[in-house]
Amino acid sequence: MSPIEVIEPEHNRVKLAKDGRYLDYDFLVIATGARTHPEETPGLQEHEWHKSIYDFYTVEGALALQKHLRNWEGGRLVVNVVENPIKCPVAPLEFIMLADWFFHEQGIRDRVELIYATPLPGAFTKPIASKQLGHILDEKNIKVEPEFMVMEVNPDEKKIVSYDEREIEYDLLVTVPLNKGDEVIGRSGMDAGDGLNYVPVDKHTFLSPTYGNVFVLGDAAAVPTSKAGSVAHFAVDIFAENFVRHIDGLEMHHKFDGHANCFIESGFGKGLLIDFNYDVEPLPGRYPLPGVGPFKLLEESEMNHWGKMMFRWMYWNILLKGAELPLPAKMSMSGKWR
Amino acid sequence: MGTRTIAGVTVQVNDEGFLTNPAEWNKSIAAEIAKEEGIATLSDAHWKVIDYCRGEANKLGGKSPTLRQITVGTGVQTKELFGLFPKGPAKKVARIAGLGKPEGCV
Ligand SMILES: Cc1cc2nc3c(=O)[nH]c(=O)nc-3n(C[C@H](O)[C@H](O)[C@H](O)COP(=O)(O)OP(=O)(O)OC[C@H]3O[C@@H](n4cnc5c(N)ncnc54)[C@H](O)[C@@H]3O)c2cc1C
Repeated sequence: MSPIEVIEPEHNRVKLAKDGRYLDYDFLVIATGARTHPEETPGLQEHEWHKSIYDFYTVEGALALQKHLRNWEGGRLVVNVVENPIKCPVAPLEFIMLADWFFHEQGIRDRVELIYATPLPGAFTKPIASKQLGHILDEKNIKVEPEFMVMEVNPDEKKIVSYDEREIEYDLLVTVPLNKGDEVIGRSGMDAGDGLNYVPVDKHTFLSPTYGNVFVLGDAAAVPTSKAGSVAHFAVDIFAENFVRHIDGLEMHHKFDGHANCFIESGFGKGLLIDFNYDVEPLPGRYPLPGVGPFKLLEESEMNHWGKMMFRWMYWNILLKGAELPLPAKMSMSGKWR
Repeated sequence: MGTRTIAGVTVQVNDEGFLTNPAEWNKSIAAEIAKEEGIATLSDAHWKVIDYCRGEANKLGGKSPTLRQITVGTGVQTKELFGLFPKGPAKKVARIAGLGKPEGCV
């Protein structure tokens, strides 16, 4: 096992980091994902890192935060997304709603102020979702600070400062740092030139427009849908069918539609579910069976929460074993309404 | 969704006044929307950013680029961007450039 040091797509080979050995390829599938870069925001990953500033996008960060919360006596908790795109764009919302629930259970909710500072114009930005879910954070007494582009963190004064000089003080900062693709992409000159290290590909087939034998799947690809496990899952279904044809020099018949399907835990034993693609924003409806569900789209329900719980089992026993999951890769309009 | 006339051209806009069809955009429309956003005249520095965003959106299937993409792509620093397009440059540039509002997935 070794990380890849560099990809040389002109020579159809990759160089291994461990012993500098080259591996030749006929076809290359890149799936190097994305990870967080707290060092890109001044003040974030300094002496207060994992003391009063935590992330939960890494295992170490999540565990350290869990420990901190066990004895936390309350104050102002600020969740800040540094910049988009991030993987699992709903995770910060999910975190803050679960935090609300957790502090209720601890009996200290009245001593906790929850603030969500996002670079986007709001917590929900798609027209139908905003209408449908806009009230949910209000009801949970979670304040939103929209269009907040963090410039720096002042770890001593415990405040985050935006480019337009707004300041938010915190007692506990939970950050979703800048997300970037792996450095190997930039190092190999395969990025889009925007410093984010994602590879431009055809959004329907994942084939590189520059190299006819290179595909990019999952978070590593620069495609206009969410960076989510569900997307990678559906994408692979389409890719696998296409790939066997591509090897034989045949046209690729199947076109990925950007399908994403995400549970959003909203606390108190309830959850939300969203289902969308490149062209269709999240809509209300029932899933997966039209009219029946049992899951409700764009609406809170206990069943949705159980869906997510069930998914835990499905993940280990179906997905990881590579067994078929009886859900179509392409998004369906039946069961949805506007 | 509806239509409105900007700089003599009837264009399709959404509820927040963003053009929904980037092809209907022109430079006079940009100047007019800029005024509504509190920018009296568009300088070369503004245009550099607007032109870049239009070009990128073309590559990104109509999606407006993120602030980082703009700063890396144009060499204009983030702080400067906030000077050119005060209070929320990503959203302002997108509106002036006739592109969709920066959005999350939900
Ligand atoms: C907190 C959190 C919650 C989430 N919740 C959900 C959810 O509820 N639903 C959902 O659908 N998605 C969710 N996601 C997103 C999901 O985890 C990712 O979208 C998914 O893992 C992407 O898969 P991937 O294979 O593209 O990348 P990854 O899973 O990141 O895998 C990339 C792999 O490539 C390896 N790699 C990188 N560079 C190199 C190199 N140079 N050489 C060799 N190997 C390399 C890495 O070590 C890694 O193992 C969540 C993410 C986070 C952080």
